Amino acid sequence: MLAIFFVFSAISVISALAVILNRNPVKSALSLVVCFFSLGGLYLLLQAEFIAVMQVLVYAGAIMVLFLFVIMFLNLGPEGLKERRGAIISPGASWGIIYLLVPIFLSLLYAIHHPQAFTGASGEYTSEAIAAAGGNTRSIAMVLFSKYLLPFEVTSVLLLVAVVGAIVLAKKRL
Amino acid sequence: MVPLPYYLTVSAILFCIGVCGVLIRRNAIVIFMSIELMLNSVNLTFVALSSVLNSLDGQIFVFFVMVVAAAEVTVGLAIIVTVFRNKATVEMDRINLMKW
Repeated sequence: MLAIFFVFSAISVISALAVILNRNPVKSALSLVVCFFSLGGLYLLLQAEFIAVMQVLVYAGAIMVLFLFVIMFLNLGPEGLKERRGAIISPGASWGIIYLLVPIFLSLLYAIHHPQAFTGASGEYTSEAIAAAGGNTRSIAMVLFSKYLLPFEVTSVLLLVAVVGAIVLAKKRL
Repeated sequence: MVPLPYYLTVSAILFCIGVCGVLIRRNAIVIFMSIELMLNSVNLTFVALSSVLNSLDGQIFVFFVMVVAAAEVTVGLAIIVTVFRNKATVEMDRINLMKW
């Protein structure tokens, strides 16, 4: 179990680094697909099968296809595709990284390794209870369509707004 | 069973890589990908904590985060296409119409 975890997390971290360090946006997008797949593997390790499948279908499938479509559609030429030499780190950004990112990361690590920070009321969905109720997907559906029914319906309105907004923005003449 | 701090550490590393990407990259599309990376690291935190706390609420929140991310990507990429049509570039330091 621990070995599988380390393999998946190493793949996800390395491919995430490849996303931000590649100069070619197409290679960045493909590295991000690898990262999403390994995160799906981590979700499987956590026994969240529904979220793992959603991760592969929605993120690695739909969203990344949209990214690749736009990269190809914009047809960034050779000088646009390769960023300008030395442009990968601007001088302001390195100060931002030192003064913003390092404290954030250190405080995150401090909070993570002091587990008394994470004392929440334990819920009723143990793995035995989920198995007795008919699996992860069925249990999620039970909660989603009862306790979270209104947010679920609002989600459809949000998607409708996004569709209309994308068409209004990207279409030349309505 | 993998201990919870391991998952949270991976999530923190991925989040910081995403912040780095937003800070150091100039291509707007790659900045968007870094934002997706940060959203995914938060999703990993949600799922890990929901599994530890025996609760399904975290997984449902991940579902909503995915929906919001899909909507955000759709509108954001439409904005990038529009900007490219007007300025013929997607590099953030050349898109400075609103910079004083």
